[in-house]
Amino acid sequence: MRRLLVARLWQSLIVVSIVTTISFFVIRSAPGDPFSYENQNVTPAIRDHWRAQFGYDRPLPEQFARYVVSAAHGQFGYSFQMQEPVSTALAQAIPRTLLLTGVSLTLSFALGLVIGVVQAVRRDSWFDRTSSSVLLFFYSLPDFWGALMTLLIFAYWWPILPAGNIVDATLHDYMSGWAAFVDRLRHLVLPALSLTLLTMAGVSRFQRAAMLEVLPSDFIRTARAKGLPEHEIIWRHALRTALTPMITMLGLMLPALLGGALFIEKVFSWPGMGQLAAKAIDARDYDLVTATVVVGSVMVIIGNVIADLLHVVVDPRIRE
Amino acid sequence: MNSESGARLVLRRLVHHRSARWGLIVIAALVLAALVGPLLSAYSCNEQLDIVKLANARPSWSHPFGTDQYSRDVLTRVLCGARVSLAVATLAVLLSMTLGAAYGLVAGYVGGRVDSAMMRILDGFLSIPRVLLLIAVLTLWHPVPIGGLIVLLGATGWFGVSRLVRAETMSAKQIDYVAAARALGASDLRILWRHLLPNVISPVIVAATLAVGNVIALEAGLSYLGVGAQAPTASWGSIFFDGIDLYANWWVALFPGIAIVATVLAFNVLGDALRDVLDPRQVHLARPLPEEVMTETSLSL
Repeated sequence: MRRLLVARLWQSLIVVSIVTTISFFVIRSAPGDPFSYENQNVTPAIRDHWRAQFGYDRPLPEQFARYVVSAAHGQFGYSFQMQEPVSTALAQAIPRTLLLTGVSLTLSFALGLVIGVVQAVRRDSWFDRTSSSVLLFFYSLPDFWGALMTLLIFAYWWPILPAGNIVDATLHDYMSGWAAFVDRLRHLVLPALSLTLLTMAGVSRFQRAAMLEVLPSDFIRTARAKGLPEHEIIWRHALRTALTPMITMLGLMLPALLGGALFIEKVFSWPGMGQLAAKAIDARDYDLVTATVVVGSVMVIIGNVIADLLHVVVDPRIRE
Repeated sequence: MNSESGARLVLRRLVHHRSARWGLIVIAALVLAALVGPLLSAYSCNEQLDIVKLANARPSWSHPFGTDQYSRDVLTRVLCGARVSLAVATLAVLLSMTLGAAYGLVAGYVGGRVDSAMMRILDGFLSIPRVLLLIAVLTLWHPVPIGGLIVLLGATGWFGVSRLVRAETMSAKQIDYVAAARALGASDLRILWRHLLPNVISPVIVAATLAVGNVIALEAGLSYLGVGAQAPTASWGSIFFDGIDLYANWWVALFPGIAIVATVLAFNVLGDALRDVLDPRQVHLARPLPEEVMTETSLSL
């Protein structure tokens, strides 16, 4: 287990450096730079001064070397737009995105798992067909449109929940502990609900297929022959085996989940990584853009390592 | 297997597959609507009818989908957008499937160190959030013409498929006829093209069908953010970007969205059906019924 973890972490480090290199050079090779925005009051001399000050006049390889050094110091460059090291800007946004994606991921796996299992057990029943159709519909919704419709329904046509932001912008600071918590929760419901519905659809489709593969197996028949109660056969024996492909899927789903979260953040003005990235991209704040791409992939890679470790926990055959 | 009869067999099975039939009908209707719809419409794609009187008009007989904030007819724009969205998605998927198949075939066939190096690089690509990278590149190089959009969508969409193809290639190259072909002196290229590619093409077709739906949704999302198809070109996403004000004209958000969902749904249904039809292993495991029964009862939508 320990050796596996170390090996995986080494591999991840290599992957992260590949990603960092690619995104650094792709983003730096874009036309223009952070100081080429239009403003008559900024003279070319000032622009050149800034370029020299922040090292944008150096050759690309040297800029890259500087970036690597800065990353090694844990700063990941300097954000002009936020006027602070990139790491400080990220430290605020990352937890917010993790909150949104974490809640949605947990909910969608819990719900999707149960639905998928029940569908597989009652295959071709009324429940299976109806829920499969409904979930295929959710599966086919573009993230941003699903979010827009949730917003339209629950914040406009039937306005029971706030339309955006992470807390009430004016009143939150004056709320007592409990009211402030409820305020947070109310703002979380719609974005998390949208992301959960969209993700859950994929999970349950996959879980259904995985269970259908497992249910005809010999060990299930043996369990039945031993006279085990049906719920134990399904929820312990079959599900445990069917979880292995699900964990693989968890790893594969993370980039899509993060991508979906970007759109959801945009629609609900959720001030997380997506918003930060959008602002950074608009301002050509190169270091910050590079960092958001890298952090995004680091999240995916960490998720994959966790998935690998879960594999070992669930599937004793890999433990050797 | 003779590929001609193979293709016909698949087509026959598809037509008998009830959900596949629905998918095919919807897709055919969409292609038809995209081709002739804009010609039949009384308005042109970007025509601003009367910005004073007709901006944000509710759905009515003369404007079944309403008008947007520039008084453009939304139905016409949806029909025009169908051309752009379908064309962009199809071409992008064609590109990504070609890239993915080539990469996967080479990695799986050559094997060894080359393979593991290629796979590590692929791991790197796979871990980059595609949407974020696309938004960054499309914004920094703004404005990207539609051809560039297709290339970018294609160039970022092949990673998953190449893994699939690699796995299939590795098992296919163990089969005796590949050794036989080599013994007969066939070149690597010939083995790849004539013997391995036909063996791995089925999962690629399934993946491609599902990917078309996926890319349509992705393109719509990017255009919704204003970095996909550029104004005033109507694509299903750009209709939202430059026409929407959710609280003033919900119909501009609703109707193009329904078009997108119907299309993505149709491609997903067709993809699922193709998997049933093309992958005998899964059909055997997941649906252990005789074929006649199978085509009659497998109607999960």
